[in-house]
This record gives sequence, structure tokens and C-alpha cells, in this order.
Amino acid sequence: MNKQKRGRLTRILVALLVCLQVAVMLPQDAEAFSDQVIQKGATGDDVVELQARLQYIGFYHDTIDGVYGWGTYWSVKKYQEEFGLDVDGLVGPKMKHMLEKSTDFDKEFVHRMLREGRMFTHYGGMSKEAQKGPKPGGKQPGPGKGKQPSAPKDPGKAAPAPGVKPSPETGEAPAPAPEAPEQPSAEEPAQQPEQPAPAPGEEAPEAVPEEGAEENIPDATPSPDEDAVPDDSDADIQEAINTPEGFTDNDIQIMAQAVYGEARGEPYTGQVAVAAVILNRIESPIFPNNPSGVIFEPRAFTAVADGQINLEPDDTARRAVLDAINGQDPSGNALYYFNPDTATSGWIWSRPQIKRIGKHIFCE
Amino acid sequence: MIRTVLIALLAVAVLGTGYWGYLEHQEKNAVLIQAENNYQRAFHELSYDLDHLHDELGSTLAMNSKERLSPSLTDVWRITSEAQSDLGQLPMSLMPFSKTEEFLHKIGEFSYRNSVRDLEQEPLTEKEYDQLKTLYSQSGEIQNEMRKVQAMVLKEDLKWMDVELAMAAQDGPGDNAIIDGFEIIDEKAGQFSESDFGPNAGGVSKNDEDIADRVKDLEEIDEEEAVEIAGEFLDRDKDFEVEIDTTGDGLAYKAYSLTIEDPDDGHDINMDITKKGGKVLWLLEDRQIETSEISLYDASEKAGKFLEKNGFESMALVDSRQYENTGVFNFAHMQDDIRVYSDAVVIEIALDNGDVIGYEGFDYIANHGQKKPAELSLSEEEAREELNPSLEIMEHHLAIIENELEEEVLCHEFFGTIDDDTYRIFINAANGREERVEKMDRAEPVYDFN
Repeated sequence: MNKQKRGRLTRILVALLVCLQVAVMLPQDAEAFSDQVIQKGATGDDVVELQARLQYIGFYHDTIDGVYGWGTYWSVKKYQEEFGLDVDGLVGPKMKHMLEKSTDFDKEFVHRMLREGRMFTHYGGMSKEAQKGPKPGGKQPGPGKGKQPSAPKDPGKAAPAPGVKPSPETGEAPAPAPEAPEQPSAEEPAQQPEQPAPAPGEEAPEAVPEEGAEENIPDATPSPDEDAVPDDSDADIQEAINTPEGFTDNDIQIMAQAVYGEARGEPYTGQVAVAAVILNRIESPIFPNNPSGVIFEPRAFTAVADGQINLEPDDTARRAVLDAINGQDPSGNALYYFNPDTATSGWIWSRPQIKRIGKHIFCE
Repeated sequence: MIRTVLIALLAVAVLGTGYWGYLEHQEKNAVLIQAENNYQRAFHELSYDLDHLHDELGSTLAMNSKERLSPSLTDVWRITSEAQSDLGQLPMSLMPFSKTEEFLHKIGEFSYRNSVRDLEQEPLTEKEYDQLKTLYSQSGEIQNEMRKVQAMVLKEDLKWMDVELAMAAQDGPGDNAIIDGFEIIDEKAGQFSESDFGPNAGGVSKNDEDIADRVKDLEEIDEEEAVEIAGEFLDRDKDFEVEIDTTGDGLAYKAYSLTIEDPDDGHDINMDITKKGGKVLWLLEDRQIETSEISLYDASEKAGKFLEKNGFESMALVDSRQYENTGVFNFAHMQDDIRVYSDAVVIEIALDNGDVIGYEGFDYIANHGQKKPAELSLSEEEAREELNPSLEIMEHHLAIIENELEEEVLCHEFFGTIDDDTYRIFINAANGREERVEKMDRAEPVYDFN
């Protein structure tokens, strides 16, 4: 036991030296956050970096998808709590600085995995190869989350990095002590051992060149034959997007098609109003209770009856649907609308009218 | 002579046949579209049902009180049978789909059995709870596959009629993406309440009568005053080109509809202002935003300032979301430390220049200023005891929401997690009732087919 421990210590020491050398040689701010404060609901590269860095130290174990959702929010708050920051879920300069100090972020690796739609992880102290999930595609259905190669599921139990794991019982977090930015040189080695811990000799050099040196990048790319096979049958999962609570992206797409088919060429508010009518119908007890039910209801929309629903909607129609879902309703809570120039049914004229937008009259 | 007559007759016959053919063709197309629409409807509804089945099963996992659990299980049962009926409307006789049917049947049976029994006397056993968990995770897998197929159908504009025609022409199902997708779903299935809008999200249940009621005693404004109010609200008091309309009888209140042309960039801004009281109901600017120059955080600050400037007092940001280059912010009124979700506004900020491009205040105008419930007979600790024990509680607030009976109620709002899912649960602070249990949406992956 003791011998083992000593053996490991020497290995860590060797790795430490390697790391220290590298740390001295490499410019430290190769990849870093932008200046913005990251807030819940945000999307983009900063969020990817945030998730990856939090995962690196075992604070985040959900998918790295570039959307600051609930999972990320709880991880951020936990981090803030354990390191004595304001627990507000806002990632400001101080937290970013601490994260940059105590974690590695291999931008190239993470973004490539995202592009390739892999289920991957970014834990520190594990070989990148092991964290690279299988590519989606081929015949086998997309891998479940459980298939990740022994990625630590629970940040509490995961202890890939003895120096990094914050342990509340031992008082202040040991090594990457956040409140010690004034002595970066002493800190650098303290946190680095995690990197080579499993396989020190080969690990350290592998992780390092990826960070800066251009010519070493091919090293990190998968062997060509793996990449060469284009999988055209299956979906690649890319970065995720925000959707309004209660609606899937597919719901939005169907609604955008309906809006485009019905009201393209109309003023923007007219398009929002058409989308709002669909939503008002979903809410109404006398209509079906889901988007496709309302839209494909026989004789409900002319664009459906004549097949225009299948046109590819433009961005404006999509935007109109999002606005309507977020509460906008220029129609004034209308359930019907019609074009007075082409309306054939006399019944529709008997409805109490609310307003006219563009070519359409909206009514109760 | 005879020849001319013959030629004329033939010509008429040819034209007639042509016209008849044309009509037949039209008719066939109309029927095809009709049939296609029916299939599309059944298909998309099936996928919607599977989505909600998963959500509802998830919510039952986070529920604790028996009086919530029974209706929820009944809902699961109802959704299952709807999904089964949708499935039955798809041209599935041609392909194997038995396992998914069986899976739906299993869920249906489980939920029915447990919803009709008296859960007060016989609560769910450990084993049944585990079973529920399994069903939940399985339905998640199926939901995910289904969404993928749906995304593909939408993106590639796949037609069910094509499948049928292809099958009519060939002997068996050939290489077809829809069928392939469904086979995967079916394999997955072999291995093993309706859309609930949040208390603030999507103010789709706005009540024009409430608004009418709130403004009925206020002073009526004329068109000029409306334009002035609009200019102040927008903080762009230049010489506007404004078109004004008045709303019709279909609404309980009367309002001016303004179309304002922004002199800076020529975009239209639309807004409605109530005739009585001159309250701005909503505003929208029609502009495609191409870039993100400011962060969501900065945008939220701008949204807050906008509210302050327009006389909204003590509003707190309760939700923010970025959609590409737009930030959408939900604010709720804060009454001391209570989030009044029923007095909510939505602000949209363009992330390129920080302009307010959307505002919606239906709920705020309808509810703000009403007497709010204040009876807090349950402490946070007592409310916690009403929660499902397997929920890990992450956040607590006091909140006023509108419940299913459209009453405003004071609640303890808990955010908690079970595994990787986040739930929001409202416990009535007066009587401990579980008013609402919601599973919060996760970010949705984008499926890319190439």
C-alpha cells in the first residue's frame, strides 16, 4: 500500500515537472472566455466552454451542448457555493478566472466532437480517446448516455483529480484554491497532476500539444478511414437550442410551415397573429389540443388543404411562431381569420371581428 | 363536308377527353393531399403524444400527493390511448410496429390500474415506483427516436403517400426513410396532462375580459395621446409616421393599433394601446436580427431598465432565453419577497444593438393591482414535507400563481432534481395542496441530416 502510494507520487511528480515545463512554455490564454457575463438561457461558444470546464472538474455531468439550461445552472450554483462566490448563477469574470486556472479546455477537441455529433465527455484525468463517444450513424441507434466510457457520473464520487475535487469537510478546497490567484506558479503544478494521473507517461504530452501547436492537430483527429465514411442515413446531433417551455423544435417547425403557407407576404404582425390563432385554438376547448391537431384539422386552413403547408418556411415565419409562443398576440385572442376578398363562407362574416391586419380579418 | 364534321367531332372528343383527364387529375391530386394530410396529422399527433407521455410520466415521478397522482396517471392513460389511436391511423399494416403498440399497452395498463385504485389506502409500492421509473426512461428513448424521425420527415418533406405508392408499385417496403425510422423506434420499444404551460411562460391564456375590467374606469384617450404614449414608451420621440386603427367588437376592450415606421431604419413597429387608460398591451418590431453583439446578460439589464423607465415597479427577472440573436426575458412583479407570476411581462431584446423589439404585458395589465392572497399558514419546512422524497431540492421561492381554477394562490415554489431532470413544484402555502408539478424542458438537440 505504502509502496504503491510512493510509486504513484513519483509518477505524479514526473508528470508535474512535464506540466510545469509546458505551462511555462505555452501562452496561458490560448483559449479563454469572452468578456460577457454568462447568464442562464444563453447559448454559444462561451457556454460550451463553461460546460466543458465544469465537466473537467466533475461539476457538470450532463451533455455539453452549448445551452445554459437547468443542468448547467445547478452546476454553476454548486461551484459558486463551494468556492465561496455569490451564488447567483451568473458566470462573471471572477468565476471565469477561477475556472481557467483550475481546468483545461481543449477547444479544438470539444468543438470537433460537437460538430461530429458524438456523445463525448470532457473530464480531466481521462484520455481524450476514451471520452470520445462513438459517432452517430451506422445502423446502431444513437448511444444512450449510459454508454459513456466510465465517465464519473457523480461529481462527489468522481475523483479524477485529487487536487481539484472540492471536499467541503476539509474546509477550503485544497489545491486550486480560488482565492489564491496571486501565486499562479504554485497553483499550476498543484492542479495539473490530475491530467497524467491514470497514465502519466504518455498522457501529458498528448494533452499538451493539442492546446497550441498547429502541426500536432492531425494527431488528435481520428484516423482518416473513420472519418471518411459519410453517414447519410442517420442524424447527427449538433449543438442544442433553446425551445420555449412546452414546445419541441418540431412543433415550431410545423407551425412555421403553417404560418408561411397561410400568411407569407403579409406584414410581420399578421404572421405573428396567425401563429397566435393556432395557439389560441390549442388553448380553446373546442379545438384539438396540440399544434398538429389544430393545423391538420380538416378544412381548418387552406394552406393545408392545397398542400402549401409543405413549403419550406423562411426565418420570418419561424420568428413569428416564437414570438407568438412567447406570449405575443396581435390578433387579440382571435380564433378565426379570413381573407375578405376570397372568403366563400357566409358564416365567417357573422363572427365578431377584432381587427384587420394586412389582408386578413381576425375574429372571435 | 363529312370529313369536316368528322374532324370537328374528333376535335371536340379530344378536347373533351383532355378536359375530363384534367379534371380527373385535379381530383386525384386533391384526394392525395387530403389523404396525405390525414397521415401527417396522425403522425405528428403521435409524436406529440409520445412527447407528453414522457413529460407526464416524468411529472408523476416528482409528485407526492395522492390527489395529484391519480389524475396524472389517468392523464397518462388517456394520452396512451390517444397515441394508440394515432398509431392505428397510420399506414402501418405494411410494417412491423407491434412492439411499440405493446409498449403503449403496457403503460396504459399500468396507469389505468393505479389510477383507479385508492392510492390513499394503497400507495404505490417501491416496486411499482421502480416500474414507473423504467417506463419513464423507456418512453424517453422512444420519444427521442420519434423526434428524430419527425425532424427528418419535416426536413426532407417526406410523404406517406409516396410510401404507399411505392408499396403499391413494388412488392414490399423498399428503402424508405420513414419506414427505417419507425423500425428503429419499434426495436427500442422491444427492448423494454396535456401541454401545461408554465405560470408565466407563454401567456396564451390571457383574458381580454380581465383587461377590460381593469381599464373600464380609466380615462379615454384620443389618437394623438396614443401616439404620444407610444413615443414615450419606445423612447424614440421623433417624428413618427403612424397609422392608427381601432379594434373591433370582438374584443371586450377597445384599443388603438398603431403601425409606426422607425425613421432610423424603416422597420415597422406595431403596438396596441388600450383606449381607456392608454395602457400599452404589446409591441413588436419587425426586424431580422443577424448578429449577436451583446450578451444575454447585458440584454437583460437593458430589459430591466426599459421596464423601470416605463413605470413598472419592482420587477424581477425570472427566466431568460436566447433564441439565436434575440434575448427573451420574463419578468415578474416582486411583492416583498414574493414572485407574482400572474403579473408578468415579456421583453424581447435584439442582441445586435440592444433595442427592445418586443414587449407583451397582457397578464400584467389584467392582474396587476388586484388584491393578492397573503395567507401563509405553511412554513417552508412544512411545505417541504409535502414534496416527493426522491426530489433533491435546489431552490425555494415564494410565488403567487394562477392555479387551474384561475384563482391566484400563494405558493411555495420549489425547484428540484431527480437524476438529470429538473422539476418545478408549487405547494399551496395555505393548505399544502400540490398545485402544480412541472418537468422543465431540456435544451433540444438539433438533428442534422446530410
